[in-house]
Amino acid sequence: MALIEGRGLRKTFKTTVALDGVDLRVEQGRILGIVGPNGAGKTTVLNAILGLTPCEGQLTVLGLDPWSSRDQLMRDVCFIADVAILPRWLRVSQSIDFVAGVHPRFDRAKAESFLARTDIKPTSRVRDLSKGMVTQLQLALVMAIDARLLVLDEPTLGLDILFRQQFYDSLLNDYFDRSRTIIVTTHQVEEIQHVLTDLMFINRGRIVLESSMEEFESRYTEVQVLSEQLTPARALKPIFERQTLGRSILLFDGVDREQLAALGDIRTPSIADLFVAVMTNQSRTQGVTP
Amino acid sequence: MSSTSTTMADLDRQQPAPAIISSRRNFYWSIRRELWEHRSIYLAPSIVAALTLIGFMIGSGYQVARIRSAQSLGPVELQVAIDRPYGLAALFLMGIGFLVSIFYCVEALHGERRDRSILFWKSLPVSDFTVVLSKMMIPLVVVPLITVALTIVTQLLMLLINIAILQINGVSPSILWTDLSLVEMWFMMVYHMLVLHGLWFAPAYSWMLLASAWARRAPFLWAVLPPIAVGVIEKIAFNTTYFPHWMQSRFGEAPGSNAYPGSEHAMHEWVNLNIGQSLLNPGLWSGLVVAALFLFAAARIRRSRGPI
Repeated sequence: MALIEGRGLRKTFKTTVALDGVDLRVEQGRILGIVGPNGAGKTTVLNAILGLTPCEGQLTVLGLDPWSSRDQLMRDVCFIADVAILPRWLRVSQSIDFVAGVHPRFDRAKAESFLARTDIKPTSRVRDLSKGMVTQLQLALVMAIDARLLVLDEPTLGLDILFRQQFYDSLLNDYFDRSRTIIVTTHQVEEIQHVLTDLMFINRGRIVLESSMEEFESRYTEVQVLSEQLTPARALKPIFERQTLGRSILLFDGVDREQLAALGDIRTPSIADLFVAVMTNQSRTQGVTP
Repeated sequence: MSSTSTTMADLDRQQPAPAIISSRRNFYWSIRRELWEHRSIYLAPSIVAALTLIGFMIGSGYQVARIRSAQSLGPVELQVAIDRPYGLAALFLMGIGFLVSIFYCVEALHGERRDRSILFWKSLPVSDFTVVLSKMMIPLVVVPLITVALTIVTQLLMLLINIAILQINGVSPSILWTDLSLVEMWFMMVYHMLVLHGLWFAPAYSWMLLASAWARRAPFLWAVLPPIAVGVIEKIAFNTTYFPHWMQSRFGEAPGSNAYPGSEHAMHEWVNLNIGQSLLNPGLWSGLVVAALFLFAAARIRRSRGPI
C-alpha cells in the first residue's frame, strides 16, 4: 500500500474551495514537491495529511486516518512549517527535553551533535535566535526523529541563500534515505528541482500536473527558436511561447527532441518555466470558458 | 527472496514495538511544559510571599505592642494578635493562587494559537486530550500545592522572625507555642486548596479553558460574558434572579463549611469542616461531571483549531 492515499479530497472554507476533488498517491522513498500559486490549496493538502484539518473524501496516511488519530500518526511523521512555529519562550534545551520526553523515536544525542555544529547555545530562548538559527533548531529536532514521512511547508521562507542551501544539503545528506518520504511545498522552485523525485502542480484546489522527475525531463523540452524557424516550430504545437532578449522560447510537451534540435537550441525547462506555462494557460482557458 | 527479507527488516526497523511512550509520560512532560511557559504560576505567589515577609518584618514592632496590650485583655485577644499575620499570609497566597489560576486558564489554549506554536505542539505525538487535561492540572493540583508549600515556608520564616523579635523585646516566645496552631492551619489548607480551590471550582476552570480554546480573541470576555448574559436575559424575560443566585451559591460558598476564604477567622474553623460531608456533596460531583464535559469539548475544539 502507498504511504499516502487520498481519493476525492474536498475542502471548502466559507467562501472558497480549497480542495476540489484531489486524488493523491505517494509511495515510500519519494520526494514530492507540491508547487502552486498562493491560495492554491497546497497548505490545505498538507494540513489534511497531517491531521490538522478535516476534509471530505478518503485519506489514509501510513494506514491511519490522520484527522482522528493525529497523535498516533505523529510518531512516524515529522513536520516543519515556515519558521515561526516554535514558541518564543522555549529554551533550546527545553525543546530537546520535551521532544525526548514525548517522542518515542527521538535520538537525543543526534540532535545535540547537530546543534553542537551550529552557534546555537542550549540556554538560549527561541526569541533570541535569528531566523536561520530557529530553522537549524527545527531541523536538528526533526532529523533526530526516525520518522517515515517528513512534511515541509515553505521550510525556507525568509531565509538567506546560505541557510537555504544548507537546509536542503543537510536534509539530503544526513537525513534522506530510501525508506523515508518527503513532501515539500515552496515558492523557491529552482532550489528543489535537483532534489525532487516527483512533482505536482496545484491550482484552485485541483491537481493540474503530476509527474515523476524522470518523466518531466523526457517529456518537456524548451527550444530557443530562431525567427526564421518560428512558423514550422509553431506547427508542432508548443504549449507555451515566451520572448526573452528578442528571441522566442517555445515549450513543447512530448515532442521528439531530435526533431526539435533542428529548430534551435534545446534544453530541459526548469520547473519554474513549466509552472509559468501551465498556470498561464490555465488562466487563459478559464478566461475563455465563462 | 533476499529483497523480501530486506523489506521485512526495513519494516522491523521502522515499526519497533516498544516505540510507544506511555500517556503518563506525555502527561508529565506536558505539565512541565506548562511550568516552563507560565512562570507566573510560581513566580507570582513567590513574590507575594516575599512581600508578606517584608510587611511582617516592618509591622513586627506593632505586633509586639499588640501582644503586650492583648496579654492584659484575655486569651482570645491574645490569640488573634498572635496568629492574625499568619492567617493573613495564607489568605494572600490563596488569593494570588486564585488569580494565577484564572489568568492561566483563560490564556492556556489561546496563547498557543496566537503565537502559532500550536503547530509545533501538534507536530508531536501528544493527543489533544492529554494537552487539555495537563492544562487542567495546573489550577486543579499544581497551583493548590504550590500555594500550600509556599504558605508553609512563609509561615515558618515568619515564625523564626517572630521568635527573634519577641526575644529582642523581652517577651517570651513560648506564647507562640500555646497560641499559634500552624500545623492545624496547614492541614486545613491542604484540604481547602485541593477540595475547594481545586475540585469545587473545577467547572469554572474548565469553562475558562473552553473559552480559551474557543475564542479567536478576548477569551476572558468569552469566559465572563455568557454567564452574565444568562442573568440579564433571565432578569429581563422573567424578572427573576435564580441564575445569578445559583451562581453565587455555587461559587460563593463552600460545601460542608460556612467558612469561606474571605473571613480572617476561616483558618480557625477548620474543625467545623466536615471533609466527608463535602466530599459526598452532590454539588461537588455534578460540578466534576460538568467540568469533564467542558474539558472534552475543549479538546475537541483544539483539534480543529490552528493559528489565529
